[in-house]
Formats: sequence, structure tokens, C-alpha cells
Amino acid sequence: MSFTNLMLAVLVIGALYFIAGQRVALALRSGNAGKLHSLPHYHGLWAAITSALPALIVLLTIVIGKDLLFQFWARDYFPQDILNGDAVDRAIALAKVSNVVNGIDFGQVEPWVQSAGDAWIRWEANAVVVANSLVLAVSLVGGLLGYRRINPTFRSRNNVERILTWMLIGSSLVAILTTVGIVLSVLFESIRFFKLIPPQDFLFGLEWNPQFEGAERAGSGGGTATYGMVPMFVGTFLISAIALTVAVPIGLFSAIYLAEYATPRIRGVVKPLLEILAGVPTVVYGFFAALTVAPFVKSVGESMGLEVASESALAAGLVMGVMIIPFISSLSDDVINAVPQSLRDAAYGLGSTRSEAVRQVVLPAALPGIVAAVILAVSRAVGETMIVVMAAGLAANLSFNPLDAVTTVTSQIVTILVGDQEFESAKTLSAFALALMLIVTTLALNYFALQIVKKYREQYD
Amino acid sequence: MTDRTYQGLDPQQAAERVAASINLRKRKETRFVWLGKTAVAIALGFLVLLFAGILTKGIPGLFQYYVTLDLQLDAQQLDPSGQMTVESLAGGDFDGVIRASLYEALGNPEGRKAKREARRLISSGSSQRLMTYVLDNPEQLGSTVSIQFAVDDDVDTFLRGLISRETPEADRRISDQLINYIDALNAQGRISYEISDYLFFGSASRDAEMAGIRGALVGSIFTLLVCIVIAFPLGVATAVYLEEMAPKNRLTEIIEININNLAAVPSVVFGIMGLAIFIVAFGMPRSIPLVGGIVLALMTLPTIIISSRAAIRAVPPSIRDAALGVGASKMQTIMHHVLPLAMPGMLTGTIIGMAQALGETAPLLMIGMVAFIVDVPAGVTDPGTVLPVQIFMWADFAERMFVQKTSAAIIVLLAFLISMNAAAILLRKKLERRW
Repeated sequence: MSFTNLMLAVLVIGALYFIAGQRVALALRSGNAGKLHSLPHYHGLWAAITSALPALIVLLTIVIGKDLLFQFWARDYFPQDILNGDAVDRAIALAKVSNVVNGIDFGQVEPWVQSAGDAWIRWEANAVVVANSLVLAVSLVGGLLGYRRINPTFRSRNNVERILTWMLIGSSLVAILTTVGIVLSVLFESIRFFKLIPPQDFLFGLEWNPQFEGAERAGSGGGTATYGMVPMFVGTFLISAIALTVAVPIGLFSAIYLAEYATPRIRGVVKPLLEILAGVPTVVYGFFAALTVAPFVKSVGESMGLEVASESALAAGLVMGVMIIPFISSLSDDVINAVPQSLRDAAYGLGSTRSEAVRQVVLPAALPGIVAAVILAVSRAVGETMIVVMAAGLAANLSFNPLDAVTTVTSQIVTILVGDQEFESAKTLSAFALALMLIVTTLALNYFALQIVKKYREQYD
Repeated sequence: MTDRTYQGLDPQQAAERVAASINLRKRKETRFVWLGKTAVAIALGFLVLLFAGILTKGIPGLFQYYVTLDLQLDAQQLDPSGQMTVESLAGGDFDGVIRASLYEALGNPEGRKAKREARRLISSGSSQRLMTYVLDNPEQLGSTVSIQFAVDDDVDTFLRGLISRETPEADRRISDQLINYIDALNAQGRISYEISDYLFFGSASRDAEMAGIRGALVGSIFTLLVCIVIAFPLGVATAVYLEEMAPKNRLTEIIEININNLAAVPSVVFGIMGLAIFIVAFGMPRSIPLVGGIVLALMTLPTIIISSRAAIRAVPPSIRDAALGVGASKMQTIMHHVLPLAMPGMLTGTIIGMAQALGETAPLLMIGMVAFIVDVPAGVTDPGTVLPVQIFMWADFAERMFVQKTSAAIIVLLAFLISMNAAAILLRKKLERRW
């Protein structure tokens, strides 16, 4: 049986145990065994869970664990020099073996690869047999043990509920696991990167030239690979700054107008329309930026006698600004609406006009929230990927000129990691170090926004 | 009391000052309102510009030019062994049949160069199309039938008027002779402009006229399926635990902080995690919807959890108290009362999360769903791509026809997203209850 079928079989056995458990409980109730502690279907659920849950755990462990185990076993077949060599050689050796296993033919292979591959295929076959027998046995025996415990005084509801509670707790731990996964996956590779490239070179270096790595390794000269992240962060913040220059005034004034002036009908129409801008996939914005906005910016700039790169930061920034407008407007809208009406009424009572009330009373009261919204928007802009991949350049120019082509952290990550990567090269690892910096930046921005709201929030009422 | 005494103006003077400033203040007020209106207008203007740009390019992309040819389906030539199977048809000379008909329609051009130009008229996928036709209609073998074939993408671009006749021959992608042929076919009424069947039923192809989104669409559906199967139960369970059961302790606090942080992590980072953990560490294959779905599920989880928690919080405590009061256990209260009442809100949040996942590109690039895959995936473990990634790949191709195809694919993607969001709004309107 394949693993999918095995899972189905476990579920079927579980369902059968449910029926059996419920029926025996019903029989107990209609017989003269006295009052049942739990309702019959809880007894059924108890039997089903004792059958399916351990079996599924065993199945999952086998499916996930078998490849790791086989990789470990396969090392017995590796020649000594590969075992003594570095991680690259071992990874290549494993790849060769897995080609044999998957029947991908790349011509003649070394005899040890062939024998390791044959062994792997054997293990794989054994794993299926072991999984089948073990999982089915666990599900049958587990269910039987659960089923045998059913009697009128057995507190099956409490047991089922306890298991359910643990499952709920387990689900909420997935969020923690995800965070741990993100941190570990980025951190380990970053540490390896920093072993190759000193952190200060990475953090403060003004040049980013990873593409020379191949030439350097081959010893053909032609330049050295440098990994200074400053140009990319400058590019990222340049594009984000352009985006915010577009998005903050438009978003903020839209929010003020919608919250303070617009009739409910206009509000009801405009607000969802603005939300559409937020729902448009970023790849669509990227296409729009590359195909429509960038040539437009270039032709306008050139008609004014300026030199504009065809992938200018301005085009990417403009489009990113459009993407962020609804983000700023809806967050500011919430904050402005949270300012109590009594403050406005007081201002009107003192004779101020509506705009004076907004500027001198509402906005100062809403300021912490608005600043937080802008910071969150910066963090969104820094992490935005597709627009810059499609519309910004790849050359890491250290430039503050919005008409130049600049590159960003996210677009470098995508460029390095998409497609075939070399094992263990500083270039591949640098993407992880960049990702680490990206996470640190966005989380710091979010933390900062949260602190501002916490510190300066006025509690009304 | 303060020790400052108020040295006010006398009422007369004050009234004069107010009167003097009132016009200025009114002007400021008007200016302020006008600024707000301009901001809204600019924002909506961008929206209109975006959609107009996509629709003007994309609607023509839903159509393409076809040429109708009369073909003599000679059984001997097409199916030499006469078994009518895919294998036996592979030995047939489909190209020959199409060419013969094409040359005849063009008045039998002489010479190799003229013939080569004629062959450039129709798509290189024509023989495949004819083979499919014969397989579907074996009874037509031996008779003469009219079949529409897609024209080559350069010819298509010319027919759309995007290549000018005035351009010198050396500078355009089609020759004068080819233009003559096109005119000849046009005069015979053989060229028609119709809804592109390749767009919806074709798979990935480097030839613009044959490229279609079917594989990407199926890949998107599989990916979303995996995503929803993982994210919905996990999200709802987490929300239930945090809202209804979690004690106020360190662990709960850490979980909540984690969820908020995950919502702030850029999507590309989830892709890096997927690459490092599922592909490198667990050895799962690249490019499969299973891994894509898992990554997107982890990414949309915060959205689903946050909206589910809001939905649970909206269920009034009196309902819980009533259930507990008649002897239900905590879990029964949740399962029988709170969850069903919160379900519409949870489903709305889930649909919005799924819409977000459907439009997401960057994390899927990281796990290799950007590969060029011709086959339509048949399951979650078959390599595939998704619609936004397909759009990303097409956007890179230089052929002009791909611009239209890309825009058409964007229209399809937006149609899906808008209908999902509309469904969420309808669901909320229909099932929302206020207590």
C-alpha cells in the first residue's frame, strides 16, 4: 500500500472503531448495566481516537524520518575521501545516489554509488512493508485497547475532551514552530556565511558583486566577489521612500476626507474601491510597473533632458506607493475614527472650523496611530518582493538618485535563490544573510510601531 | 487657580478680528476639503489606470487569430498502420497534410524559400492539434474537413496591426512575402479572430500562440487545496484555544507575540523557510503544489487566526453561560455553540486568506515552482506552477504576443480574486448576526 492508501486505511479503521464503540455503549445503555457516564458517541470517539491517532503519528514519523535515516545509512557506502571531505562533496554524493534511486540516468556511475542506490531501493521497499505492518498493527491494537476500556463508568467524554484540548494546544504551537523554523533556517546559513565573509565586510561593505564568485573560484581573475549589503539597503530604502512619498499624503488625506467629510454613501463606495488596490496581487503591480510605468517615467524624464535608467527606482517606488495607499488609508481611518466625537464637538464649540478641528485636535490625538501606520507601511515596502523583482534593476548601484537603477534586498534574494544554486557557495549563503537582515529590519520596525502606539496612546473615556 | 490674569480684548475688538479672519479661514477650509477630495481622486485614478491598462491589453489577449484550412485526411498518410492509437498516429505525416492544404490555399508557391515562408504562417503546434482532432473524430478519416489552426505569433501580432507594413522589411519580424500570403488568406476569408482556446486549454509553451494557463490554473487549485486543508483547521483550532481555553501565562503570551510577528514577516521569507526546511532538510521535491501549499498555509495562518479570533470574540458570553448553565462541558459549549455561531466570520477570514494565497508569488519562486513545466499536474506531488508565477514568467518573455497573454492571464487571476472576495462579502452579509 502506498502511504496515501495507508492513511486512508487508518481512517477507515478509525471509523469502524467509532461505530463499534458507539454500538457497545448503546448496548450497555439499553441493557441493565446502569447509567453511562458519557454519551454513546463519546465512547465511539474514544475508540476511534485511540485507533487512529497513534497510528497516524507512527505513519508521519516513518514518512518524514525514513529519508533522514537512509541518508545516514548511505554514508556507509561512501568512500573514505568523501567522508573526510567537506559538506559539498557529501551533498553531491547523496545527489548521485538519489539519481540512481529515482532512475535518472546520467551515464556510468561509480560502483559504490550503484550499490548505495541499490541498497536505498531495498530500504525503501522494506520501509513500505514495515510502515504497512506497523501502522496497521498500531491502529488495530490501539483501537482494541481503547474499545476494551468502554464500560458504564468509563469517563470517555473527559478523555476525549482532554485529547482534543491537547490537539488545540498543539495547533497553536505551530505558530511557534514556524517562527523557530524561520529563525533556524535563516540563522544557520547566515552563520556559515559569516564564517566565509567577515560580518563587518557584509554589514558595512559598499560593494556588492557576488557574481564574480565563480571566476574567483576558478582562479581566472576578472574581479573579486564582494558582499557589502549597504548598496542594497540604500536601494531598498530609496524605493521605500519614494513609495511613502506617494502613499502617505494620498493615503492620509483620503482617510481624513473619508472619516471627517464624506457622506456615508460616498464612504460606502470609495472605501471598498480603495481596498481593491490592496487585493491586487503584487505580481500584477510588478507587470504594470515594468510595462507601463517604467517606460512612461523614462520618456517623461528624457523629454525633460534627464538621464533615466529604464529600470528606475522611481517607477518601482511609484507603483509600490500605489500598492501601499490602502494600507495607510485604512489604518489611519481606524485611528481617526477612534478619536472620540466629544473632542471634535469641543473644538466646534470653541468656534473652530472643521478643518481646524481636524488639524489642531483630531490629527494630534491620532498622531501616534498614524505614525505607527506609516512605520508598518515602511516595513511592508521593505519586504515587498515582486514589484522590485520585475521593475527594479539587478545592478547594485550605491545611489540616492531616484532616476538610477538600484536593487533591493528582496530582489537580490530572489535572484540568488531562484533556479539552480551551487552548494555551499558564499553567493547562495549570502541570500540567507540578507534574509536575516530583512527579518531583523521588518521586526524592528514593527516593534517600534507597537512601542509608539503603547507609549503615546491617549486613553479617552 | 493660576496667578496669571486674563488680559482679554474687549468684545468689540474681538468681533472685528474674527470678522477679518473669517474669509481666510473659510478659504483654508475649502482648500482642505479640496485636498482630501484630490487625494481620493488620485487613489481612484490609479485604480482606474491599473484596470484600464490591464483590460485594454488583456481583453485582446483572450482572443487570437486562426486560419481555416481544408484538409484531406488521407488514412494512409495519417495512420499508416491503421490502429488509430496515439502510438500509431505518431508515425503519420500530419505536417505534410497541413502543408499540402496550406500551399493549395496560397496557390501552390514555387521554390523552397517561398514554401518556407508559407510554413511560417501557422503555429508549430498545428500537427499536434490535427492529431488530437483525428483521435477524437476517427470517422472523419478519408474525408475532407475544415479545421482552424492558430497562426504563428508574429503573424498574429501583424494581424493586430502592431507590426506596420511601412516598416522596412529588414526591421520587422515578418517578410513581405509572408504579408502577401496573409493578405491572400484574408481575401479568401480564411482568417478569423476568435476566443483563444489555447489560452484556457493549452499548457506552458515558449510559442506565444500556443501558451495557455491550464497547467498553472490546475497547479493553483492543488496548491490552494493543500493550503486550505492545513491552514483552516490549524487556524480555527489555534483561535479556539487562544480565545476560549488558554490560561493567561507565559506560553500564551509567546504564542500571541509569535502570531503577530508572523503576520509581519515578508512573504519571501516564508519561501526561504520552505526551501531550507521542506526541500533541503526534509528532501521533498521542488516545484510541487504540496510544498507550495504548506508554505502558503503557514503564511496565511496569522490572517486566519486573527479573523477567527475576532469571530469567536463576537459571540456573546451569554450564549456560553447558557450552555454551561444547562450542564454542557467547556468543550461541548465550544463545539456545539461557539464554533457554529462564529463559523461565518471564520469562513470569511479564511476566504480572504485564500485570496491572499492565490495571488502570492514570491515564496513560490523560492521553492522552485517557477520551473518550465508542460504537463498539467495530476496531483499535489506532481511538479507544477501557479497562476501568479505563470504571469511572472510570461512577463519576462520578449515576444509581443506574450504581453497580451500575460494581461489575459492577469484578467483570469483577478476574476478569481474578485469572486472570492465577493463571496466573502456575501457570506458576511448573509450570515452575519448582531447580538
